[in-house]
Amino acid sequence: MINALASLGHWALNTLATSGRSLLLLLGMLAGLTSLLRRPRLVLLQIYSIGVLSILIVVVSGLFVGMVLGLQGYYVLSRFGAAESLGVMVAASLVRELGPVVSALLVAGRAGSALTAEIGLMKTTEQLSGLEMMAVDPVKRVLSPRLLGGFLSMPLLAALFSAIGVLGGYFVGVGLLGVDSGAFWSQMQAQIDFSNDLVNGVIKSLVFGFVVTWIALFEGYDAVPTATGISRATTRTVVNGSLAVLALDFVLTALMFGD
Amino acid sequence: MVKTRTVEIAVGAFMVIGLVALFFLAMHVSNLNQLTSGEGYRITARFDNIGSLKVRAPVSMAGVRVGRVESIRYDQQRFQAVVTLRIDDEFNAIPLDTFASIFTAGLLGEKYIGLDPGGSLESLADGDQIEHTQSALVLEQMIGRFLLNKAEEG
Repeated sequence: MINALASLGHWALNTLATSGRSLLLLLGMLAGLTSLLRRPRLVLLQIYSIGVLSILIVVVSGLFVGMVLGLQGYYVLSRFGAAESLGVMVAASLVRELGPVVSALLVAGRAGSALTAEIGLMKTTEQLSGLEMMAVDPVKRVLSPRLLGGFLSMPLLAALFSAIGVLGGYFVGVGLLGVDSGAFWSQMQAQIDFSNDLVNGVIKSLVFGFVVTWIALFEGYDAVPTATGISRATTRTVVNGSLAVLALDFVLTALMFGD
Repeated sequence: MVKTRTVEIAVGAFMVIGLVALFFLAMHVSNLNQLTSGEGYRITARFDNIGSLKVRAPVSMAGVRVGRVESIRYDQQRFQAVVTLRIDDEFNAIPLDTFASIFTAGLLGEKYIGLDPGGSLESLADGDQIEHTQSALVLEQMIGRFLLNKAEEG
């Protein structure tokens, strides 16, 4: 009985301490952002490894998601004689939800895990302490550029995902299933609102990019410096990052489209 | 390690591709290129019942879209809805005695305002009010009336 109580208390204290450490790390990284203005090259490298190297998987999955939306949407809509609304359905679901969410999940899996493993190994091989010995703040020098890189890459990847997805839906709907091309575009343009749909999608992807990179960096920085520790941290990055994206998406959707 | 120059080129290309995708979404997928903000002139119309008419609903003449609903408010004195319509500048010869009605696109579709031109030689200008209007047909009222007629017959 007492043991169960103790383990509950242990767990609660641990969780509290972890969230405190992650918040402190975040504050440290945010404080380091100003010094990045003098060294934009560091951010450039991170945009390369987070953004550019993710282009392929984002484009391919965007294409397939768009094509599947086109197929599925057509079968449902044509039953109601509304196949012309296919463009609206594909574009709305991509721009509002699937673009930001799926690309954030992909980034959490592809780039987030890489970030965690990289930082974790730096910690294990004492490169981070080495930097500290040279009076270089590892949080500012190593972590801040990665946070900014992820934050900047995410909306671009999400926009790419949505655009390719719409083209995939167009290819299937108009090219294969014979929906009228003019109706596909004109209905889409009439229904999709710039500030309501598009801007909200971009805001979502900015939030997701920030959170996913933050989680990945914190898990790496907080990892137990052993081989097992790094592997556990990498797993936690993907699991926690994906869950955070999905939960935040619900909150953001309720706030943005709730009225 | 990848060469610095390659990284720079790749990041530049990534930025361009991402921004092109955003631009494509803005111009081709959303309604940004149809937003003629501030342009056009405004006329008002009073309706007894606007049904489910929404702001930004189309205003059409002979089926051609000539403007949009800009705002809807409620007149407490006359118990009517006051709808402000923004008509595009190119359609500047709408007769003064034009008739405005609220129609439904399709059976259960969105409401829009249809203008039927009158015979007056003078045209509507900014700030004018349309005198002749017809309210929206509310489905429940129609069904109620239909049932009432049936009951009277039988």
